[in-house]
Amino acid sequence: MARAAVLGRLIWQLGEVAELIDETPRVKTLVLEIPDWPGHRSGQHVDVRLTAEDGYQAQRSYSIASAPENERLEITVERLDDGEVSPYLAEELVVGDKLELRGPIGGYFVWEAGQDGPLLLVAAGSGVVPLMAMLRHRAATGADVPARLLYSSRTLEEVIYRDELDRLSKADPTLEVHYAVTREQPEGWSGYARRVDEEILRETAYPNGEGVAFVCGPTRFVETVANGLLAVGYAPERVRTERFGPTGG
Amino acid sequence: MEEQDLKLDGNAAAGLFRELFAFELTTARGRCDNCGAIAEVGAVAVYANAPGSVLRCPKCDAVLMRVAANGGRYWLDVRGISWLEIHA
Repeated sequence: MARAAVLGRLIWQLGEVAELIDETPRVKTLVLEIPDWPGHRSGQHVDVRLTAEDGYQAQRSYSIASAPENERLEITVERLDDGEVSPYLAEELVVGDKLELRGPIGGYFVWEAGQDGPLLLVAAGSGVVPLMAMLRHRAATGADVPARLLYSSRTLEEVIYRDELDRLSKADPTLEVHYAVTREQPEGWSGYARRVDEEILRETAYPNGEGVAFVCGPTRFVETVANGLLAVGYAPERVRTERFGPTGG
Repeated sequence: MEEQDLKLDGNAAAGLFRELFAFELTTARGRCDNCGAIAEVGAVAVYANAPGSVLRCPKCDAVLMRVAANGGRYWLDVRGISWLEIHA
């Protein structure tokens, strides 16, 4: 364990929205300026807290999308229609607004350049966010550990960071990106056209469970993938999972 | 909504633990007092939908820990854990 110091008290801080990036029709990236941000490791998250005028508070966790090397902190938020927090973050927030948050949080679902590889990343939907931080960190540090991303999405339009992923994988022969588009495939689609199953994992995971795997997505997706990875040879302690659950966004 | 959809990972309790502990608890290893399985806290199952959070063993599903917070007061039940090894 390389990073093991007494942690500072986790305090609520104010970040200012410096930029908003439309990723897909339902997904936005919030670029935040946070004075005295202590830095983070890829895979960590922040808690965001909203306070209503009557004092009612709602709190949610969001994965950090940006690489630690990035000057500003980015979180990517998917709008859930019945959510308490995400509709505000994804629709009402404007540049210059202040946002209350605390972090970085978590140490288990973290990858650092220099760690053992190869690196297998498996995501569904906005589960790609913490994995994107890992890929951005890998690119920013020039790490040459081989990496594969298997990314499941309902439609191609809902794939977050698609341009950047395609650019990264084109420029880097040691990075492979595989898409599984489950609901509606464009004409001539050559990627996977079904939900991730054991057969897909057998084709995309590293042989004999070599390296480490990070899996992030809705709870059932994570269960399926984690069990599938064990079936194709990954040791349980080599598979790190982060389930979304029904937190109501 | 089915019960299996409510399952989260130890990582989901990381913020709560940071309110209580000076060290990162999700990378600590703990032993289940019921079945003897040893796992990192980040790898156990967390149910956060109860009044408080319930941590369960990923092997046998026994309750490892319960944490409730209310008005600046924390209530911690750790009887399901034999020991915790924390990296300092």
